[in-house]
Amino acid sequence: MLTVLMQFLFSGITIGAVYALVGLGFNIIYNATSIINLAQGEFVVMGGLLMWFFSESVKLPFFISVILTILSVGLVGLLMERLTIKPLKGAELLVMIMITVAVSIVLRGVIMFKFGKDPYGYAPFTAGEPVIILGAVIQQQVLWVLGITLFLIFLVYLFFNKTMLGKAMSACAVNPLAARLVGINVSKMIMLSFILSAILGAVGGIAITPISLMEYDKGPALAVKGFCAAIMGGLGQGMGAVVGGFIIGILESLTAGYIHSGFKDAVALVIMLAILVFKPSGIFGSKSVLQVRKF
Amino acid sequence: MRSKHSFFKFLAVVAAVLCFVAKGYSKEPYKIGAIFAVTGPASFLGEPEKNTAIMLMDQINKAGGINGHPLEIIVEDSKSVEADAVLAAKKLLEKDKVLAIVGPSTTGESMALVPVMNNAKTTLVSCAAGYPITNPVNERYWIFKTPQYDVSAVDAIYTHMKKHGITKVGIVTIATGFGDAGRKALLSEAPKFGITIVADERYGAKDSDMTTQLTKVKAAGAQAVINWSVGPGQVVITKNWHDLKLGIPLYQSHGWGSKKNIELAGKAAEGVIAPLGRLVVWDKLSDKNPQKALLKKYEQDYKARFKTEPGTFGGHAYDAVMMVVDALKKVGPNKAKIRDYIEKKIKNWPGTGGIFNMSEKDHCGLDMTAFEMVTVKNGDWEILK
Repeated sequence: MLTVLMQFLFSGITIGAVYALVGLGFNIIYNATSIINLAQGEFVVMGGLLMWFFSESVKLPFFISVILTILSVGLVGLLMERLTIKPLKGAELLVMIMITVAVSIVLRGVIMFKFGKDPYGYAPFTAGEPVIILGAVIQQQVLWVLGITLFLIFLVYLFFNKTMLGKAMSACAVNPLAARLVGINVSKMIMLSFILSAILGAVGGIAITPISLMEYDKGPALAVKGFCAAIMGGLGQGMGAVVGGFIIGILESLTAGYIHSGFKDAVALVIMLAILVFKPSGIFGSKSVLQVRKF
Repeated sequence: MRSKHSFFKFLAVVAAVLCFVAKGYSKEPYKIGAIFAVTGPASFLGEPEKNTAIMLMDQINKAGGINGHPLEIIVEDSKSVEADAVLAAKKLLEKDKVLAIVGPSTTGESMALVPVMNNAKTTLVSCAAGYPITNPVNERYWIFKTPQYDVSAVDAIYTHMKKHGITKVGIVTIATGFGDAGRKALLSEAPKFGITIVADERYGAKDSDMTTQLTKVKAAGAQAVINWSVGPGQVVITKNWHDLKLGIPLYQSHGWGSKKNIELAGKAAEGVIAPLGRLVVWDKLSDKNPQKALLKKYEQDYKARFKTEPGTFGGHAYDAVMMVVDALKKVGPNKAKIRDYIEKKIKNWPGTGGIFNMSEKDHCGLDMTAFEMVTVKNGDWEILK
């Protein structure tokens, strides 16, 4: 019985790790602009597919592929901000969010033309049999995803709390006018936030593709669950997205295991709604911050 | 001067005669409509189907057309939506005046076209698998289909299981139309083979881990697990099955038949069993097999032109187009005669999906003998005897 429970938990952690890594990407742009970037899922897809392209199709070494993938997706983030968000300066937040939906549709189309509709995958970072704990198995790649997620949270935390640049970026979201008055280049900060978000998405895509494969239209599914993870934990809180992701993943898995797999999405989302009813700012979010925010 | 004038006159007459003769040679084209889900969620079906139809049209026209008539296949994209399929059919019937329609790609779209085609008294050869497309057959006078029934694939799996003494089975199905249809067939056929379904699990089309479902199946005491899906899910579940070392065989549906799946799953795919049409294993068939020659030609031509394998689904369009072309060759552009020809004369007719035997009682003409039980060995298919 214990083995079965452990296996359900491991499955939940595997699913949750994917959600957490995607959810993390939402926070940076949100922290800098209050925009919810609904094209975040496409950044993840591009991360996975470009990694496949560089490592399997062009056959470059692993680390060069990773760097090229991150640079390319970062460039897409930059272009997205310069071409679609910046020209709309002063537009309403909701309009901006709609724009990100439009960008996601365009990106999906472009990805489809380049890669077609087939799923892609490549070997896990380390070869070998899965790890067995108490009779339950967990893929090595999941451990990689966990490690990378924790490392990224740490970096994001350092960036927003310990560096001038990060603090300046948070200031832009809270009050762009005041930020400008104290000499922060708000436009540059917003651009930087899109680049960073794209890079986080790309790293997520690179890490999860060996587990779940990647195809052109996976973006929306990833973005929805990642977004749920982010709001459950409290938007803008790095740790929140991770905890939220694991809670949703484990809930899904336990529901599938002990109730029925047909209900897993529903139960996980109902519990998420329940948490948000009692604590609208999410598990880690604070109410006062939520009131200052526009969204 | 005078002679020059008459020379021009002569030239004009020659030109006119030549025009007339040329026109006489290129007879009226035969128009066939094709409705495929080229875009949208079912595009994994529609894309190879469209490619196949266009390739066949070019090949037939290059070889002189049908009895000297060029073949014109007008392809419409249904966008995987029923309403668009109906609109496309009306356009093909009323504006293009097509003689028959092949497609659509999905069961839902095909069902939406049943009344349209019956009213227009025009033959439809669907490329979707669903049982109700051609049943009850007396209400489907003008409707045929080329893919094997889901039930036939299930029968092939259960027959194989029975031979190996498997009686308790866990099924895992994807929560899409494909999975729903498969699940229904798996549940309804099980009692006929003395098989008990001990676990009935589902998963989403974009899920990244199914170890929970597999663990449950094993815990319920199943002797084998059947996965019914298309897309990345069948690769993910294969990897999970391998990682868990379940110790019970994994059966997949007839959607498993793509080399891409073996590539993506790697060594995890070893030992997976599935009922597959002969298209993917044509090179392993004996030379006496009546399907072998056409499978080889179709697969090689398709690969040369589109740089990818046609897969089972492209084959459905191949069979549909060729049935209509055969009918046109024999009976000409007469809608009623085309229908009668397909119902009465498509007998022992080798296609990509199997050997078709159409009749008044069966507008699909295939049963479980259309499938071979195929396993994966050393990264390649192997037919199980």
